[in-house]
Amino acid sequence: MYDVLIIGAGVIGCAAARELSRYEAGICVVERCSDVCEGTSKANSGIVHAGYDAPTGSMKARMNVTGNEKMEELCRELDVSFQRIGSLVICMEEERIPELQKLYDRGIANGVKGLRLLNREETLELEPGLSEKVRGALYAPSAGILCPFELTVALAENAAANGAEFRLNTEVTDIVREHGGYIVRTNQGDLRTRMVVNAAGVYADVFHNMVSSDKIHITPRKGEYCLLDTEAGGLVRHTVFPLPEKKGKGILVTPTVHGNILLGPTAAPVEDREGVNTTKEGLEAVLHSAEQYVKELPVRKVITSFAGLRASEDGREFVLGEVKDAPGFFDAAGIESPGLSSVPAIGEFLAEMIQKRGGWRAKEKFESRRKGIRRFLELTPEEQQELLRENPAYGTIVCRCEKITEGEILEAIRRPLGATTLDGIKRRTRAGMGRCQGGFCSPRVMELLASELHRAQETITKCGGNSRMLAGHIRGTDSEKD
Amino acid sequence: MKRIEAVIVGGGPAGMAAALSARQNGLENILILEREEELGGILNQCIHTGFGLHTFGEELTGPEYAARYVEKIEKEKIPFYTGTTVLEIQSEEQSKLKTVTAVNRIQGVFQLQADTVILAMGCRERPRGALNIPGFRPAGIYSAGTAQRLVNREGYLPGREIVILGSGDIGLIMARRMTLEGARVKAVAERLPHPGGLMRNVVQCLEDYDIPLKLNCTVAEIHGRERIEGVTLVQVDGENRPVPGTEEFISCDTLLLSVGLIPENELTAAMGAAMNEKTGGPMVSETLETSVPGVFACGNVLHVHELVDHVSREAEEAGRFAAEWVKKR
Amino acid sequence: MGKEKMRKKEFICIVCPNGCKLTAEVSEESGGSSVNVTGYSCKRGKEYGQTEAVHPVRSVTSTVRVTGGDHPLVPVKTVKEVPKEKIFECMEAIRALSVAAPVHIGQILIRNIAGTGIDLAATGNVKQVQ
Repeated sequence: MYDVLIIGAGVIGCAAARELSRYEAGICVVERCSDVCEGTSKANSGIVHAGYDAPTGSMKARMNVTGNEKMEELCRELDVSFQRIGSLVICMEEERIPELQKLYDRGIANGVKGLRLLNREETLELEPGLSEKVRGALYAPSAGILCPFELTVALAENAAANGAEFRLNTEVTDIVREHGGYIVRTNQGDLRTRMVVNAAGVYADVFHNMVSSDKIHITPRKGEYCLLDTEAGGLVRHTVFPLPEKKGKGILVTPTVHGNILLGPTAAPVEDREGVNTTKEGLEAVLHSAEQYVKELPVRKVITSFAGLRASEDGREFVLGEVKDAPGFFDAAGIESPGLSSVPAIGEFLAEMIQKRGGWRAKEKFESRRKGIRRFLELTPEEQQELLRENPAYGTIVCRCEKITEGEILEAIRRPLGATTLDGIKRRTRAGMGRCQGGFCSPRVMELLASELHRAQETITKCGGNSRMLAGHIRGTDSEKD
Repeated sequence: MKRIEAVIVGGGPAGMAAALSARQNGLENILILEREEELGGILNQCIHTGFGLHTFGEELTGPEYAARYVEKIEKEKIPFYTGTTVLEIQSEEQSKLKTVTAVNRIQGVFQLQADTVILAMGCRERPRGALNIPGFRPAGIYSAGTAQRLVNREGYLPGREIVILGSGDIGLIMARRMTLEGARVKAVAERLPHPGGLMRNVVQCLEDYDIPLKLNCTVAEIHGRERIEGVTLVQVDGENRPVPGTEEFISCDTLLLSVGLIPENELTAAMGAAMNEKTGGPMVSETLETSVPGVFACGNVLHVHELVDHVSREAEEAGRFAAEWVKKR
Repeated sequence: MGKEKMRKKEFICIVCPNGCKLTAEVSEESGGSSVNVTGYSCKRGKEYGQTEAVHPVRSVTSTVRVTGGDHPLVPVKTVKEVPKEKIFECMEAIRALSVAAPVHIGQILIRNIAGTGIDLAATGNVKQVQ
């Protein structure tokens, strides 16, 4: 019997697990995929918004502004890179300038600090990469960027280090109320728990509706992105948004913490909760929109494109807290933008509420710090020599594009909640994320995964399930090895 | 810091020929840095024939062509470090000396001082991203060269039902190779009205095995969530626009991309050398010298060559020019 | 001279990257022994045209499994071209073979592969590992 069972190992589920692991409670995170960060969390803009977007007084506004304030400290504790590069909402038409003022006013009302309205010259001075046609901008210095994989993995690792259990490849099929808690039925058998946290992304309504008569409804909203090579790195220095339209925040252009430029997302409601396919129209729209306000968009520098689904609840508000007619069942549903920005706040908000219910004592030895995988080439010469003595594999570059060593890849596999798939390696180390997109390194990474996990190489997958990389061996050498 | 007269970045066909030529032209103190575990570069996975007609007067396979050079390197006792990746080349303006930073398992990160550097890093394949094909991102999409490495070096078959996008030579060669290993190549789609690779390869790799070559045709969409399950092919008009109504679904478990090669010039650009937008390689003088004095370039890092024999010729020149450069100082 | 019965074939030469367009005229009366090739630009091209017109041949390259070596496979080739229709039979023989390291470049691994009279040779080296 668990005290708290969390459905979904996305960034919200992992944040809740990490905050709850401060207490003497039995925590379990169940995830249907083979790794953490496989759903909504893996494909978004990686923006920590300042907080002027959401309606004043909403949960979204409150969580965003608090989350933004707390993000720096959280990232420091978890060794996650976070860069407060600031954001610009730009206006391209004179007649829409008043809309900037409205955003500014809302930002002030929401408690956003440091907001400034800029005229054309000030905007271009701050962001010379913009089109000369720009008329003005709202500057929010507190906005930042981070890598969503890095944050999710860090939260999960830290939660695991503090005793939270992770059950991967475990899909929840039903939730049944029983005296004093819930039976959570999964493809791996039944799990009993006192309380449930529903952090199931685009499926959160399904689980909510299993236990409550007060139904909610989530529409997956597809967002398509294009990622540009680091060679395009200097294109913009801030996260740049056009003025918001009804549909969403519009196509943004932003640097990433790894020095690429990200363009996107589109915003199209879809029916398919697994519909993470990109479309011709979508990708064209991304490039076309960005071209409107960036001076020279190097469209030839696109190294990959992808799509993600945001979990948009009909009320367009975060659904956070205990479900009225289902005691002990806590929702973290409808977490669309500014969900990532709100992570520290949502984690704490849920944990506090749940702890009150559970009444557990705080752990004496909660380890709030977690160290990331050391990037060999970023260490001092002394540190490098030391690491090399520990394992000479740090001297072999496996991923040429991102300069990732074999030692780093081995570490990604050997860590608690370590990588078991190619995508897992990619998200933890960046191997395969560069301009060749794994062309050179994937054969070697597969080999390392197979030997570390004691599995035949043919069974290695891209991202679990049926995503096998290979069809077999042409000379049967592997079966002989076995 | 160890001082070397000519540091050669890359131990493939270009690097080996440049090193040998530099030695023949009087340089004693040479070092080849190769990132793979052995010399030979991409030739080691090109097990088909078609190499060396000009250089050796006979048709060799890639590994045989490489082995002849490796033998000479060993005979000349030219030192080489394998498993060694060059991270950075810096040129000092005053002394014109180059500092080469590299990393390997034995020395960790180390530096060398070089009178000249010969760039011979070869080229790489254009990835899917450059094409921006819509659809899912399932397993089973490989560049033709990656598939070649998997099949020929490691013995793994990427899949059993193949569609190839792009008719570059590596794609054509792999169509035959995978057919011989029991896979079914269902189509080769080429956006242009003519094949990208050599006609001889169209004949002996596709026609010999009745593999359809679909010209003016591209992949409009990728299907399959976990492993690729098929592609939609579509005809394109003269301006590369899809022609509505010509869509055709082909089921497959693998999509190979053979859509061109790009010189691999990260080091070159980072060094500050002037680049040639058209070739993707550095700008060079008649003596194959880049805009950074004493840094030479040859082979596919300079521009993509059709034949390895041409790479070897050019690399010999670069080796000679580098030797002359050292002697002039 | 009487009018000979001729069979005309057109194909692209594969011996080198030039890809010359060859035309071969095969005299039916000579039972295929007399072939007149035009369009070639070298001696090998002429020879290719003569063979291709009556009995196409190809070299086969592949890999053979190696035990106890520093590589799991060694690349191989037929030392000469084999009849085209024998390619898959050659592949079967190649697939069935396993050799112990060390293997040296040029080493003959199969004599008279698939009854073609042609040998299969290693085109790479594989060192023995203990």
